[in-house]
Amino acid sequence: MIASLDDEQALQLRRLLEAGLPLAARPYGVLAERIGASEEAVLEQVQYWSEDGLFRRVGLVLKHRAMGFGANAMLVMDIPDETVDEVGRTLGKAAGVNLCYQRPRRLPDWPYNLFCMVHGREREQVCRLIAELLAANGLSDVPHQLLFSTRAFKQCGGRYAPTATVEPLHG
Amino acid sequence: MQIDALSRRLIDRFQHGMPLCAEPYRAMAEALDCSETQVLACLEQLEHGGGLSRIGPVFEHSRAGASTLVALAVPDSRLEQVADWINGLPEVNHNYLREHRYNLWFVLTGPDRARIDTLLARIEAETGLKPLDLPMRAAYRIDLGFPIGDAP
Repeated sequence: MIASLDDEQALQLRRLLEAGLPLAARPYGVLAERIGASEEAVLEQVQYWSEDGLFRRVGLVLKHRAMGFGANAMLVMDIPDETVDEVGRTLGKAAGVNLCYQRPRRLPDWPYNLFCMVHGREREQVCRLIAELLAANGLSDVPHQLLFSTRAFKQCGGRYAPTATVEPLHG
Repeated sequence: MQIDALSRRLIDRFQHGMPLCAEPYRAMAEALDCSETQVLACLEQLEHGGGLSRIGPVFEHSRAGASTLVALAVPDSRLEQVADWINGLPEVNHNYLREHRYNLWFVLTGPDRARIDTLLARIEAETGLKPLDLPMRAAYRIDLGFPIGDAP
């Protein structure tokens, strides 16, 4: 019988996972030691979270700039509310589109409600891809803008777990 | 950065999913028919080269807590100072400069929406800039992986 993690340990484990697994032969064992639990209990909790859908995926998380995907454009469009879901689903399936989200307009400052992230090696290639994408879907005339990123100030995972109740971790 | 053949195979094979077990790097090595030492060395190199953000779970926004995309229109003269201050918030990730009047774009995450609201108010008070608050309404594609098999 494995002693399960208590709530405090589970919260600490989440915070540690948000920062990433250590590069050690038994990474969950290392995390277990830091929260005063057994490796088995940590693995069991992580497996539970994984099956429960808390994670989108578990794997290597890359920094696309360093990987040669230096051109990153956010395509923003103003699509009528009645068709935004349909357009979103279509664009979401298109090659080269890494992310596709609907977000609220904030009038008058921000009139766009559909966001696509397109990554490529070169700016021209990304511009061409987006022009083709819009044309292929009859969207060339919808109000849209292309926001290329020119600098990454910070790129890391989200920190969702609350911090106030957690003791500082050592090591 | 230079990416060797093993790194490329590791990335292609394991960026979308890796074994969830006590010795994941050993399991990855077995899958790629190489040694665990090679896998660890490779990942270390990727990390030091700045190509690897981290290893482990990417949390599902809707399950993990609250998040929103935020944009600020920062005057050029204050960009470094404001970006630095924003970077210092632990709840901020993916902070980018983009070519637009709204030039600073970042994601805020927190345990709940109330925390996000508090942070937005704090950002506005500290910078004097009104943040655009653009939470996700629907996700049509959420995959963030890169095909690097054909990397030069």
